[in-house]
Amino acid sequence: MDDVILGRVLTATTLGFHIIFATIGVGMPIVFMVLEFLGIRKKDTDYLTMARRIAKGYTVTVAVGVVTGTIIGLQLSLIWPDFMRLGGQIIALPLFMETFAFFFEAIFLGIFLYTWDRFKNPWHHWLLNIPIVIGSSLSAVFITTVNSFMNTPAGFDMVDGELINIDPLAAMFNPSTWVRVFHVVATAYTTAIFLIASIGAFKLLRSKFNEDREYHKKGLKVMMVVGLIAASMTALAGDLSAKFLHEHQPEKLAALEWHFETEDNADLILFGMLDEENQEVKYELRIPSFLSFLAGSSFDTEVTGLNDIPEDEHPPLVIHYFFDIMVFFGFYALGISILYFIAKFTRLDEHHPALLYAYVLTGPLTMAAIEAGWFLAEMGRQPWILRGYMRVSEAVTNADGLGVTLVAFVILYALLGFTCSYVLLRMFKGKSAQQDRFDLYGERYKGGQL
Amino acid sequence: MSYEIIGITVLWTFLYGYIIIASIDFGAGFFNFYSKVTGTDNIISPIIGRYLNPVWEVTNVFFVFFFVGIVGFYPDTAYYYGTALLIPASIALILLSIRGSYYAFNSYNKESKMSWAFLYGVTGLLIPASLSVALVISEGGYIIQDDSGIQLNLEELLFSTYSWSVVFLAIITVLYVSSAFLTFYANRARAKEATELTRRWFLIWTLPMLVITQFVFLGLRDHNYEHFTNAQNVWYLFGLSLLFMGIAVYLVWRRINYGLAFIMIMMQYGFAFFGYGISKMPYILYPYVEINTSVVNDAMALALTVVFVLGLFMLIPSLGLLLRLFLFDKDYVQGKDNSKY
Repeated sequence: MDDVILGRVLTATTLGFHIIFATIGVGMPIVFMVLEFLGIRKKDTDYLTMARRIAKGYTVTVAVGVVTGTIIGLQLSLIWPDFMRLGGQIIALPLFMETFAFFFEAIFLGIFLYTWDRFKNPWHHWLLNIPIVIGSSLSAVFITTVNSFMNTPAGFDMVDGELINIDPLAAMFNPSTWVRVFHVVATAYTTAIFLIASIGAFKLLRSKFNEDREYHKKGLKVMMVVGLIAASMTALAGDLSAKFLHEHQPEKLAALEWHFETEDNADLILFGMLDEENQEVKYELRIPSFLSFLAGSSFDTEVTGLNDIPEDEHPPLVIHYFFDIMVFFGFYALGISILYFIAKFTRLDEHHPALLYAYVLTGPLTMAAIEAGWFLAEMGRQPWILRGYMRVSEAVTNADGLGVTLVAFVILYALLGFTCSYVLLRMFKGKSAQQDRFDLYGERYKGGQL
Repeated sequence: MSYEIIGITVLWTFLYGYIIIASIDFGAGFFNFYSKVTGTDNIISPIIGRYLNPVWEVTNVFFVFFFVGIVGFYPDTAYYYGTALLIPASIALILLSIRGSYYAFNSYNKESKMSWAFLYGVTGLLIPASLSVALVISEGGYIIQDDSGIQLNLEELLFSTYSWSVVFLAIITVLYVSSAFLTFYANRARAKEATELTRRWFLIWTLPMLVITQFVFLGLRDHNYEHFTNAQNVWYLFGLSLLFMGIAVYLVWRRINYGLAFIMIMMQYGFAFFGYGISKMPYILYPYVEINTSVVNDAMALALTVVFVLGLFMLIPSLGLLLRLFLFDKDYVQGKDNSKY
């Protein structure tokens, strides 16, 4: 394989592995912030125990997130040295700010985890959640501005291969920043929330600890409430993204919708298979004129087709499948949380096993949607590393050894992924949540009340 | 002050900070493993855990801060170091990842596993060795530049006295600094046995420490004579460094004021590290990257400096709080705090 492919596969592997933990890292603080709030507010030790158990598991995922984040931070320079030499003139600021945000989070997470019983007033401990949520969400914000810059570069002029007239803030707040930041943060919250909902539903189906049932039902209810809010935000973010792509990255929109001819009343294509030679789509679900509507809130909107874009700037058409996965699984979570409330407020049982199985799927599927979303976003800007300015092939390192490096990192991720799952499973397997609650808060708080 | 000086001072200071706290961290991991093997872990492991648990993430950020900062202030370094260090830096990254994750896996698993303690203990010693390669190649002579770009001259690197002396310096530093810190921390925890144990470790490592620093100077003389002469011009910094080491060893030897002894060690490293850094100027990577010519554009340099100052306003109080809660809180250090986790 040539170096460009190796470099891309290595970067994709690292990022693909990292975003699992990064998403949990950004989203999960919201979960235990809400639970601890409810626990203190309602004087209910069930919620507090839940917050503590989740925070404990979270620490393990943070460890993997931190190390894989460090890896990608350095790999940018190791695999794409020419890009960093050029881009370093501009993306240094958000990268630097990301480090500060992460620093901030790291400090307060350390304090948070080891001071549960130290404060007389429990609200003081709860306040520690705020810097953690700010720090983790801001790291997502800053790092997303870097990625946005690579998609829609702004804030400089290029003269003879040199960047001049640099405006760091204009580069950071480039055209795609807001919509992407919103999308990334909303989906991270959604995913973390539904992962916890999944675990709760799974425990209701399979847990050997009968005394935990009320505890898991409480947790599931909270997750469905916040999950419904977060999933709705995600849907909104997705809609804004489509409109944004239409304005600023038409080739990406065209590729992910297999949209070849520029036209108004463009159809939205869901699923299907593509015959690339004849530009024909088979077995698809076609919603007439809906793509135009998504792109510009009107059926008359003219949507640029791929045939009007130079062939050597076409993104790979496979991204349509990732698009399908992302949208379908994203809406699945939204639909399921709505279903939960329908069941709850009608005569149906919201804890019916069939529904529980449906809840169990939300977590893994939203995580799959995250992966698919990033694959489509990143592959959708091929062949560019800095859209319009530098191609991926011009940026790859000339050093030998990319192949060996790739193998070594794949082994590393397999090892880390396996051990991390093992530790997380063992952490909660042998002991019931009620037992944990008893150990932490004692007999006198029986029945959940503090 | 010009941006290139601000940039390098900030980065050098952070690298210094990383060397101190990472040495404590890495060494503690190794000593934890060592004490498990020798059966003294019930004496020392709880103390190590009490210190490390709340701070391990912060250590890593110092490192990230340094490499993000250097690429930001001097984008050329991304090109030269990035290309040359693909293999060495990947090795360092893999070791760092194993250490960082297995530390957490081991600490938060139901019971600690010997093999996991081994993984994070031993990688702790190898990481400084592998990271020190970046400092070694900064002296020049290990990189070949031709039409096809940059390549690392691996053979030159593997058979050079200078590179090996730096590697051993890095390993000995870890053991030396962390044993000194653990002596201080164990003493604060009023753990008599642990204090005696770590004090002995510290005294054992002072002699190799002295020997290896001489080797580094000799190696530098052979490898980069220009840098060596520059270093002689600031000989007083290295002299002070030696003096502080003497005080530290004396204090620990006589069992008085371990806290002051550790501050002396920080001074010892501070003077040596800044002496080395100053004599290196103006090169970041001899002779390709100079601080004057490779500094980032003015607009970005200004923005970075502003962010840095604002960031410090936020960081310093937070770090202060962290230290107050876990390093200077008597009840916590002595294990009397009954916070359950």
